[in-house]
Amino acid sequence: MEPVTTITGTALPLDRSDVDTDQIVSAESLKRIERTGFGPFLFAEWRKDPGFVLNDLRFAGASILIAGPNFGCGSSREHAPWALEDAGFRAILAPSFADIFRNNCYKIGLLPVELPVEVVRRVMDAVLRDPTLQITVDLGARRVTGPGVDEVFEIDDFTRWRLLEGLDDIGLTLRHGDAIDAYEITRSEWLPRIRT
Amino acid sequence: MPQTLSEKVWERHVVHRAEAEPDLLYVDLHLIHEVTSPQAFDGLRVHGRRVRRADLTVATMDHNVPTAPGPEDPISARQMEALARNCEEFGIMLFPTGHPGQGIVHVIGPQMGLTQPGLLIVCGDSHTSTHGAFGALAIGIGTSEVEHVLATQTLPQKRPGTLAVTVEGDLPHGVTAKDVILGIIARIGTGGGVGHIIEYRGSAIRSLSMEGRMTVCNMSIEGGARAGMVAPDDTTFAYLEGRPQAPKGSDWDRALDEWRSLATDPDAMFDEEVVIDAARLTSYVSWGTNPGQTVSIDDAVPDPASLEDATKRESAERALAYMGLEPGTAIRDIRPDTVFIGSCTNSRISDLREAAAVLHGRRVREGLRAMVVPGSMLVKVQAEKEGLDQVFKAAGFEWRDAGCSMCLAMNPDKLSPGERCASTSNRNFEGRQGRGGRTHLVSPAVAAATAVAGHFCTPADLGVDLARED
Ligand code: SF4
Repeated sequence: MEPVTTITGTALPLDRSDVDTDQIVSAESLKRIERTGFGPFLFAEWRKDPGFVLNDLRFAGASILIAGPNFGCGSSREHAPWALEDAGFRAILAPSFADIFRNNCYKIGLLPVELPVEVVRRVMDAVLRDPTLQITVDLGARRVTGPGVDEVFEIDDFTRWRLLEGLDDIGLTLRHGDAIDAYEITRSEWLPRIRT
Repeated sequence: MPQTLSEKVWERHVVHRAEAEPDLLYVDLHLIHEVTSPQAFDGLRVHGRRVRRADLTVATMDHNVPTAPGPEDPISARQMEALARNCEEFGIMLFPTGHPGQGIVHVIGPQMGLTQPGLLIVCGDSHTSTHGAFGALAIGIGTSEVEHVLATQTLPQKRPGTLAVTVEGDLPHGVTAKDVILGIIARIGTGGGVGHIIEYRGSAIRSLSMEGRMTVCNMSIEGGARAGMVAPDDTTFAYLEGRPQAPKGSDWDRALDEWRSLATDPDAMFDEEVVIDAARLTSYVSWGTNPGQTVSIDDAVPDPASLEDATKRESAERALAYMGLEPGTAIRDIRPDTVFIGSCTNSRISDLREAAAVLHGRRVREGLRAMVVPGSMLVKVQAEKEGLDQVFKAAGFEWRDAGCSMCLAMNPDKLSPGERCASTSNRNFEGRQGRGGRTHLVSPAVAAATAVAGHFCTPADLGVDLARED
């Protein structure tokens, strides 16, 4: 994974709550067995409406998505963060995120940033008025700055460090190989095992 | 320190713990399916990694599989072939289409007796919460995490909070497990459980069968929760005893001792608690495009103007436009075009019995399409043994092979734009059952009665008295 440090760019205001993973990327597109190329499927259904914000050229090239509460609810499909990443997004600002979606984002270096609902509203309105406004998400300083916003956000130390360093999660866990071996020995024999 | 059920299960799986790091947890059982695994196996190959514990990993094909004879969709076939290849290469047990053990991943685990109390179970699917019905801690994960578990048999996780949802009292006649969970989500909302593991407690939960508890835990994710659990008890043990993968002989006794120790200690504290009076639950029908947008079947479609919260109001307005509904319409006056009975929420044998009891000697309303998709091939065989297939077919239902089917419309079973469906599945998101399709979530009993009447109704409306089974 590429290290994540500071993201600066324009934003796309998606003024909707409870945006579910089925909207972000529909089931039909999950049939691909590749890891890339999901960008064109992003919000595919909503995009059919010419008035949908993603079709508004004033917001083209945005790298930050601003959305309503409970963003990413629904399924565990990592294809949703993959599609956002593939479409050029590096961070998402919202009042709240669904748990699995947030985890999936962290895994690939897409940054979910939780901010108070009134702050998100302020940034959303500012960007709606002026799509050229730049927003900066500084992971090192845990800070979002931009029009009407200068806010510290929360992210646990471990995830922040892993993202800043661009570390592979599996590699990190494998450092604890001895602990895994030791744990395995203590497991009860009657626990289920599948014999092929 | 007194502990809750989820804390006990969590603590028993900690492999490594350090200040300011997520706990590293050991995974007892990893379930995989064709949709969220191909990229994980590719990742293993890229890094030259092996599957650490193929003997703790089981695969099935469910999301894509056709449930009726017909031409194969080449893209779906490619995904299923990839799974078959990967399981072959890495030595993982697979239940492919055509295998008698095949079925929806959350139906086959419990049916084999693999899902047991106290286990940590993961799967690249959000409805993994289903397995929590046994007192297992069961979490849905993404594809990167699937790869992580394949490679290490562990998962780094930050401990969620604990939320007790206590449903106390007797459920009114005709109120099913599906209604219990729809009622809970209507109350706590789609974000109500975020960051928490729910433990369902109280006499109404205890009175549910294992299959009913699975229905409840299944939809925990619809309330935003990380997982849902029910403490194991005699109902759990009776369900498990004798299943192929359940412990046998002296192992069974050892397991029982362990399982009995899992229940939440009497003086343990939860971070949050919601108490629901069982007597006030009714039959529910969702009207909107998220599962929190649900009302009693006796109610009407709400008026967004009556909602104080601006975000909720806008979301309700959008939902009504999508659903093609007017505020104030009585739920019983809404007429679905299609009835779907299936999905990991409601496709087990007791669900099919519940629906068949309503359909016995009755016909599906003229012009309505109706379909039953059993959750597994074993459920299908069992239902056929009991003659339920005959009841469904005589009523005018299509009788299918096992799979996710119209729950997420990855196979040919889809709604057309504007088509309205009474569905026993778990999600009513826009387009979930097919582009432009309109989903109303209901119980199997309401789905069956609705198929007969042509508009939403309960078995009681048809004069059917369902002895409550779950
Ligand atoms: S039945 Fe539906 S919810 Fe359940 S695993 Fe399949 S697609 Fe997911």
